[in-house]
Amino acid sequence: MTQTLLSAHNITRRFGGLTAIDNVSLELKRGAVHAVIGTNGAGKSTLVSVLSGELAPNEGTIFMNQENITNWPQPKRARAGMGRSYQRTTIFPSLTVHENCRLTAQANHQHFLSWTPYTRCAKSNESADRALELAGLSSFSNQTAGLLSHGGKRQLEIAMSLSTHPSVLLLDEPLAGMGSEETDRMLNLLASLKSEHAILLVEHDMDAVFRISDEITVMVNGAVIAHGEPADIKANPLVQTAYLGDDE
Amino acid sequence: MRFFLRAILVLVLIALVLALPSIASSYYLSLIVKIMIYALFALSLQLLVGCTGLVSLGHSAFFGIAAYFVTLLTPQTGAGNMLLLLPGAVLAAMAYALVTGALALRTKGIYFIMVTLAFAQMAYYVFHDTPLGGGTDGIYLYFRPELRLGDWVVLNIDNSFTFYVFTLACLLLSWLFLALLMRSRFGAALTGIRVNEQRMRAAGFSTFKYKLTAYVIGCGIAGVAGFLYAAKDGYVNPELLAWEQSGLVLLMVILGGMGRLWGAVLGAIALTLLQEVFQSQALLGDFAKNWHLTFGLAIIALVAVLPQGLAGLPEQWRERRRSKSISPASAQ
Repeated sequence: MTQTLLSAHNITRRFGGLTAIDNVSLELKRGAVHAVIGTNGAGKSTLVSVLSGELAPNEGTIFMNQENITNWPQPKRARAGMGRSYQRTTIFPSLTVHENCRLTAQANHQHFLSWTPYTRCAKSNESADRALELAGLSSFSNQTAGLLSHGGKRQLEIAMSLSTHPSVLLLDEPLAGMGSEETDRMLNLLASLKSEHAILLVEHDMDAVFRISDEITVMVNGAVIAHGEPADIKANPLVQTAYLGDDE
Repeated sequence: MRFFLRAILVLVLIALVLALPSIASSYYLSLIVKIMIYALFALSLQLLVGCTGLVSLGHSAFFGIAAYFVTLLTPQTGAGNMLLLLPGAVLAAMAYALVTGALALRTKGIYFIMVTLAFAQMAYYVFHDTPLGGGTDGIYLYFRPELRLGDWVVLNIDNSFTFYVFTLACLLLSWLFLALLMRSRFGAALTGIRVNEQRMRAAGFSTFKYKLTAYVIGCGIAGVAGFLYAAKDGYVNPELLAWEQSGLVLLMVILGGMGRLWGAVLGAIALTLLQEVFQSQALLGDFAKNWHLTFGLAIIALVAVLPQGLAGLPEQWRERRRSKSISPASAQ
């Protein structure tokens, strides 16, 4: 049975006179990749920001694990099991790859009064090792993060999101700027993460989206114009004229 | 080999530190104590600026509040008890930091600079325009605090040697405390917040709590420096809280090297010495009157030559040597 981990109901977010997201509802289930596609300015990134708690919605409610989290700040949502990656890489370039993940993993083991060196925090070290292994970065563990290739940095971005053991993953364009080989590797990674996580994927690369996703939501000007399985979305005339038609 | 060299270096330093008061004249001893107090003050700001990324232009308020606290609460008839005055001065600085920090930390970047400046100016004008601390004239502290347990005087810092050792101990203990703090999980989180606060929030850190805690700790240590300053000179005035003072200590941190604790100490040594040299009539004659000009030019020159501050100098040299050793090879 698929389990709904995150559900958003009738989310609306306005910036002044502009309605960036207009009455959007969606569900994320464990074991499924839910892709959100749409042209530039469709409100995809704003949606991720609202779901992750960086922006408050003007209307609507968000539930995670049956709990109403609409008013929770971002750090609290993160600790409850929500991980996110950013469109622009947000790694700590001067730290090692391992320390990048260890630092984010430390969020689950925070301690203001501990005087032992952070390098000896066993639990966060374990989480970091596990996340790096999942993301296929174990062999780069001791390298300075800023010296990784672009694809490597994107992988690290995902590894950092995984280090906190999230159940829900919000991924904002993880494939941006990647070569075909790197894209393949990332898609394999996402496929391997699917069974344990509920994944929201915002992505421009249509081939990748149709290869990996189980469910697709199409947004235009902040509103959802279609939602369904990949095959239905491909066949949907509304989607073809509004979005896909331009590409093909 | 390296360990031995280091051990010898440390031993020589300790010997030098203990021998200093007998070698140096009272003028130089006083100068050294002044440098140590500023080093402590700069260290406390380093925690905010270099370690957490909070550029504050109001740090003098906490220095001044602690200095006034000691002076105002020392009885007119004899020495106050350090056991109450030192923690009291630190707590007073921390209390003001907690209230103003909770508000200022809701802003970022340039706005944070302006808000901290505004809160410091508020404190400045309280002492400047009210009779509380003698107004613009300031007030005198006639008795240095002493450490008393009941009737037993444990430590008296009246003697210039004991005061020197006491100041040195305060500096080293605070330094050790900050070094341990930055090595702890709390310190690692501060580093993360300095580099990318958004990512830290996304991971699950309530960054506001971290920043406020760091802010209050840093201001408390500035309070220790303020306590020592009042005890050293026996005189406080509103200029201790003036923005020039905040600017000076910020310069020490920047020139010394941001992010490295010992950078703050180097910056304090360099700037205090520069000020002393340019103000010295014995060295520069009448031109010493224009010391603001020479001091300013020296700072501009230093910033231009040392982009990473004094503490970054070894790294800068290493990079230069590396680029030199690479270029002939590539020419072949």
